[in-house]
Amino acid sequence: MHIPDGYLSPSTCLTLGVVMLPIWYRASAKLKKDLDVKQVPLLSMGAVFCFLIMMFNVPIPNGTTAHAIGATLVAIIFGPWAAVIAMSVALVIQAVVFADGGILAFGANAFNMAFIAPFVGYYVYKFISKNAIPGSTRQLAAGAIAGYAAINCAALAASIEFGIQPLFFTAADGTPLYCPYGLDIAIPAMMVAHLTIAGFIEGIVTAAALKFMAVQPTLMLQSQINKNEEVL
Amino acid sequence: MLKRYWLALAALVILSPLGLLADGTAWGEWGGDDLAETLGYIPQGMQNVQDLWAGIFPDYSIRFLGESSLGQSISYIIAAIIGSAMVYGLSLLLTKMIAAKKNSTLSCSNK
Repeated sequence: MHIPDGYLSPSTCLTLGVVMLPIWYRASAKLKKDLDVKQVPLLSMGAVFCFLIMMFNVPIPNGTTAHAIGATLVAIIFGPWAAVIAMSVALVIQAVVFADGGILAFGANAFNMAFIAPFVGYYVYKFISKNAIPGSTRQLAAGAIAGYAAINCAALAASIEFGIQPLFFTAADGTPLYCPYGLDIAIPAMMVAHLTIAGFIEGIVTAAALKFMAVQPTLMLQSQINKNEEVL
Repeated sequence: MLKRYWLALAALVILSPLGLLADGTAWGEWGGDDLAETLGYIPQGMQNVQDLWAGIFPDYSIRFLGESSLGQSISYIIAAIIGSAMVYGLSLLLTKMIAAKKNSTLSCSNK
């Protein structure tokens, strides 16, 4: 789902980059208010988790590959705004160091994976889990469904960004300037990969990690971590 | 508590070469040459930015470790370690900066 440079027009990249600015601003304002310095290591481990889980490519029957993104778990544990930051950090390193995802397309990739995914994941999780006990079947199911929904919404956003390119941006002779595949190809290709395989992986990974952690995920980080420390 | 999570992340690092088993590229992430093979051309706009930035370890591979599957696996694990360290460091720096600002500017609004 990491869009490389050259697939999106500069205007698409710029638009999504500009859209991300207030999101990043709000995320940092939120963290400034809610984040205790003591939670910084754990949140950063969440970013590492996202980075690592994205290295697990799985084969898709149409000859391509896909992977989970981990954004759902971080959004459930730390809240969606913290997940925006954690995912963005992972995406920066992927783009700059490993050329996974473009530099110009960073705003677009962040929009899909660091904004859409955590927010969809977080709200789907909240809606289903209510106040489910950590580690309970209901909580794990909520995490799994949230993961499935989150990565698929992110993939849909990416496929639309790909698919609108040949509609708007063609050379004088009609050949596409950027992504050559329209919505009719991009959406089915991306969605088949994520609806059939990657969505389940994100769901399973999220549920498994929730089971492993079995903490009560909450946005109220501060009180929560303190409570955990008392228990331990 | 954190130690348990570090061990889990270490397990992910060690298992990461499993991610190499999947052949092929993610949809829409083909390089210009791959795309030229299917399309017969490289879209103009893509050609212009193709050499913009190649990364330091493109495709999570450390070049001198070679193309053998053992070399690739070791190289993937090293990339996982380097990447994890960088993500952790950058996240630590960034979130610490954000969280620290609170103590200096918000002290008056604490309840």
